[in-house]
Order: sequence, then C-alpha cells, then structure tokens
Amino acid sequence: MTAEYQHLDLSQVGDVTVVRFRNQKIVEDIYIQELGQELFRLVEADGRQRLLLDFAAVDFLSSAALGKLITLDKKMKAHGGTLKLSNIRPEIYEVFAITKLNRLFDIRKDEADALAAFL
Amino acid sequence: MPMTEEKWTWQCDRAIPSDAHLGRRMLDEVLDRLEDLHWSRRDIFAVHLAVDEALVNAISHGNGSDAGKRVQFSCRLSPQKIRVEITDEGPGFDPQALPDPTAPERLDFPGGRGVMLMRAFMSRVEFQDRGNHVVLEKSRSS
Repeated sequence: MTAEYQHLDLSQVGDVTVVRFRNQKIVEDIYIQELGQELFRLVEADGRQRLLLDFAAVDFLSSAALGKLITLDKKMKAHGGTLKLSNIRPEIYEVFAITKLNRLFDIRKDEADALAAFL
Repeated sequence: MPMTEEKWTWQCDRAIPSDAHLGRRMLDEVLDRLEDLHWSRRDIFAVHLAVDEALVNAISHGNGSDAGKRVQFSCRLSPQKIRVEITDEGPGFDPQALPDPTAPERLDFPGGRGVMLMRAFMSRVEFQDRGNHVVLEKSRSS
C-alpha cells in the first residue's frame, strides 16, 4: 500500500509519476525535511522509476530545497530511474542556471514536453 | 561605513533569537513593504532569496542555532533601494575561501550555494568584520 503523501499530489501518466507540490514556497526547514522524506520514499519505498516533478505551483524555493532535489536525483540514478523537472518559473530557473544545476537536471518547459521526453 | 547616502523612508533594527521562523516573519514584513511599493516580482524574489540565505547562514552556521545567541537585523528602504544588514555572534568565516559550487566535481553537492546566490541576486554583498556581518543591497530595477 502506498503511504499517504502530505506535501505532494501524485498522478500517473503511463509509467511516469507526475509529482506536484502542494505548497507555493519551499523554504521552511521542517517542511523541506518532510518534503525530502516524501520524495525519497517515492523512489526507495515505492520503487517508482520515472518521476516528473512539476513546479507549476511553486513560486519560491531556497538553496536547502535544491539540496533535496540533488539528493533525490542521486537516489533516482542509484535505482536506475529517471527524473525530470517542468514548469519552473523564470525566477526559479535563474537559480538553477546561476548554480549550473540546469546541467545536472533535465528541465523541460511544461508537463507535456517532459512526458514526451520520457518516451 | 563609507556608503552613498540614501534618503531612507523606512527602517527597522531588531535583535532576534536564533530561530529561522522568527527571522522569516521579519523578512515577510520587509517583502510586504516592497510589494506595497510595487517592486517587481523578480526584484522581490531576489531580495527574498538573498536575505533568506543570509538569515539561515547567520542562525544556523553563525550562531549554531543556539537560542541564547542573537541575530541583529537591520533594514533600510528607500523608493529605489533596499539595504539589509545581518550580524551573528559566531566566529565568522572567510568568504574568499568558499569553494566554487559550480565546479564539476562539486555540482552534485547538496549545499554550499547560499553566498553565490546572494551575490547573483543582489546589487552589492559585502562581508564585514570577521565575516559575521553581511551587508546586502539591491537597487530597484527600472
């Protein structure tokens, strides 16, 4: 049985799990810790191999949140999975670009674009 | 402190315990003022990101989240500029000695990007004293 996710909304498109964030801001330390645990659970406990993180609802994130995404990416790779990101608003994309994390992550314009890239 | 004199229209000076939640509540007040002054979404995002990173550095790294230690927060606002100064009670650090988080061998490290983001999103970032006092300024975009 899949445990309940408090901070994430999940939907399934084929074999891709689309993950949406419920909060607009990914900044509070406790929230980031819990969010990280939920994201890691998707890979480690649920064994999901294809994850699309959709950032449409997110208007702010801190560098601590980037750390969780990096750890998630490592876990995905260790489990032979694939991670993609989509719908990142321009200010947040700038954070990825400045830190060159746009080279580490596969970032797509929108959900349709990202789903197509899984094929 | 040799800086261009600005006609500040709002200011606050506070000392808070080493608690990120309290720091963010103070930061939210500042961001509300920028919104009232119709600063752009990008400028407000920049101030939010940079000041949040500086507060976390002061509270977690500087004061080691020790509730007995305080963080001094001061903010000056004019129609065209914001200046925030944050001081902690920690030992400080040498900002020149920070490794480049974009180096290929460090790109997948989970931390170490805060100071780089402050510098990228603000007009001026200066670490003073022993590195436990940071001055962040941003000029409003036209």
